[in-house]
Amino acid sequence: MPDLVFKELNAKGTAFRALFVILAGLFLIGLGAAYYMEHSGHWVTGMTNQVVWGMPHVFAVFLIVAASGALNVASISSVFGKSIYKPIAPLSALLALALLAGGLAVLVLDLGRPDRLIVAMSHFNFKSIFAANIILYTGFFGIVLVYLWFMMDRRLKYKSSGPGTFAFIWRLVLTTGTGSIFGFLAAREAYSSAVMAPLFIAMSLAFGTAIFILVLLTVCAIDKRPLGTVLTERLRVLLAVFVAATAYLALLQHVTAAYWAGRVEVVAFVLLNGGIYTFLFWGVQMGLGTVFPLALTLVPRLRSHATLAFASVLVVLGGLAQTYVIIIGGQAWPLTLFPGYEVESSFYDGIVQSYAPSLPEILLGIGGFALALLIVAFGMAILRFLPVTLADAQIDPHAKKRLMESEEAVETA
Amino acid sequence: MSENCLSPTRRGLLKAAAGSAALLAPGVFLLAAPSPSKARPDDTATDSSVRWGLLVDTNRCDQECTACVDACKEEMGLIGKGRPATDAQYIRKVELAEPKTGFTRSLPMMCQHCSNPPCADVCPTGASFKRADGIVLVDRHICIGCRYCMMACPYKARSFAHEKLEDQAANNPRGKGCVEACTLCAHRVDAGIVPACVEACHAKGRGAMLFGDLQNPEHAITQVVAQYPTSQIRADLKTDPGVRYHGI
Repeated sequence: MPDLVFKELNAKGTAFRALFVILAGLFLIGLGAAYYMEHSGHWVTGMTNQVVWGMPHVFAVFLIVAASGALNVASISSVFGKSIYKPIAPLSALLALALLAGGLAVLVLDLGRPDRLIVAMSHFNFKSIFAANIILYTGFFGIVLVYLWFMMDRRLKYKSSGPGTFAFIWRLVLTTGTGSIFGFLAAREAYSSAVMAPLFIAMSLAFGTAIFILVLLTVCAIDKRPLGTVLTERLRVLLAVFVAATAYLALLQHVTAAYWAGRVEVVAFVLLNGGIYTFLFWGVQMGLGTVFPLALTLVPRLRSHATLAFASVLVVLGGLAQTYVIIIGGQAWPLTLFPGYEVESSFYDGIVQSYAPSLPEILLGIGGFALALLIVAFGMAILRFLPVTLADAQIDPHAKKRLMESEEAVETA
Repeated sequence: MSENCLSPTRRGLLKAAAGSAALLAPGVFLLAAPSPSKARPDDTATDSSVRWGLLVDTNRCDQECTACVDACKEEMGLIGKGRPATDAQYIRKVELAEPKTGFTRSLPMMCQHCSNPPCADVCPTGASFKRADGIVLVDRHICIGCRYCMMACPYKARSFAHEKLEDQAANNPRGKGCVEACTLCAHRVDAGIVPACVEACHAKGRGAMLFGDLQNPEHAITQVVAQYPTSQIRADLKTDPGVRYHGI
C-alpha cells in the first residue's frame, strides 16, 4: 500500500459548515428538550409507572450498541490483520467514541436525577449489571482513546494490534453487558433470556457498520475525497452478513421463547397481535431493515454507493424499530403475578400497557445522534483521521491489475 | 363472604392468630406481640434477628374496601394529580378472577419486602437496599432515577416521582425524579406501631392483614404461617417475600 496522506476535513467548506450548524442546532434542541422534561418532571413524557423506559432509552441503547459495532473496521484491520481497512480504521474508532458519547448523553439526560451523575460514578453496587456497564462504558472511552493514539502516532502505528485486540475484546464484553441489562430481568417474560447477549452483539455489528458506511460516504462526498469501490464492496458484504446474523438471532429469540409454554403469549404479542409492535417487527425491522438491505447489498446489479447508502439508512431505521420493539414492547406486555387468573387493578395490572412517545423524548434522542456526529465532525476538522483519497489504486495497488484481468476475462468469454 | 360462612381453615386461622378478639381489634397485633411493640431507639441499627412481614388473609379482604390504600395515601402524603398512569401508588387493590370457575378474590398488593430483592440487585448505586430487619427501601439521597429497579421488580410495586411534589408528609420525604415504594411504614414500625394499612384494615376493613416478626415464634403471624398454607407471589423467582397471602 502506498504511503497515504491523511488530512483534516476542510472546515471552511460550505457543506461542512452547513452540516455543522444543523447538527449543533439539533443538539441544542435535544438539550432544550431534556431541560424541559427534567424541569417539568417526567409526567410530560410518554413514560409512566408502567412503561418506565421510553424513547430516550431506544435511542440511547441503539447508539451505545452501534458504538461498539462502529469499531468493526478498526478491529478487522488490527485484530484480523486485514491491512486494506487500515486507512479507515482511525475514523471507525472516532465514530465508536462519538456514538457512545451520544448514547450516554441521552441516557444520562433522561435520568430522574441527572445532576447526580457523580453519584453513579462513585457509588457502585457490583451486583448490578448496570453498574458493571458504567465501568464498561468509561473503560471503552479510555481503551479506544489509547488505541486511537497507537493508530495515529507514526512511531506506534505498527504496534496497534495489542490495544486493538484489547479494545475488540472489551467491546464484545460491553455489548454483552448491554444485552444483559434485559437478559437478566427474570420477572419480565419478553426478556430474561441468554439470547439477548449474542443478539445485542449481532445488532451492534450491523448498526455500527451501517452508521460507519453512512459517515464514510458523507465525509467523502462533502470533502470531495475520491472513494473507490474496493473498500465499499467489502463493507457491503460485511453489512449483509451482520444484518443476516441479527435477523437470525432475533428470530431465535422468539423461537426459544415460544418453546417455553409460559411465554407463547408474549411471542404471539410481538409476532402476531401486538399492533404497533407487530407492525414494527415485521414491517420495519424484518422488512425494511433486513430483507430490503439484504437485497440491496447482495443483488449484483444493484451495487453502487447510492444503494449501499440507502441500505445503511434502512438498517439504521430497522435497528431503531428493533430496539423499540425490545424495550417498549417488552414493557407493554404485562407482568404475570397470578398465573391462571384474570387480574384488574387501578395500577394497570394484567393489561397491555400503552405508550405514546412524546416529542421531547424524540428530540432528546435525535440530539444524541447529533452530538455523536458533531464529535465526529469536530474531531475530523482538527485531526487527521482520513486519507485525502480512498481511490482504489491508492488503497489496493493490485486493484487496477485485477480489474484489467477481469475485463480481459469477460472479453475472452 | 359473610361472617357466618367461615371456612374451617379460616376458623383455625383465627384461633391461631392469638384469638379472634386480637384479630378484630384495630392495630392490636403489634401491641399484643412482645417484640414489635418495642420502639427501636434512633441510635440503634436494625438487626437480622427480626424479619418484619405481613400476612394477608384474602378470604377476609373485601372487594369494595380500599381502607389500606386510603390509609397509605394519607400516611405517606401521596397526593395524586389525577394522572393515574404517573401518580404514585405504594399499595393497590388487585381483583383476581379465575375464568374457568368464576372464583374471585380481592387483595392488596405492595412491595413484598423480599429477602432477595431484585430491585436491590439491579440498582447501580445501591440506593435500593434491604434493611437487616427485611424492610426494602430506597435511599433517596443516592437514587439517580434510572428506573432499572422498576424494570426488575416482579411485583410492579414501585413508582417514580414524575413531578414536583408539594405538601409532603414529614415521615415520607419524597423527591422528584426518584423511585419510591411501600416502606412497610418503617417510621411507624421503628416507633413500635403497625403499618398504616394494617391499622386501617382492622379499623375500617375486615382485619385481613396481620403484621409481625416472621422469625419470632411468639408472634401470631409466625404461628399462622407455620400452621396454615400461605402463598408467596411469584415464588418461582425465589425472592422470598416478606408478604404472604392466605386463600389464593
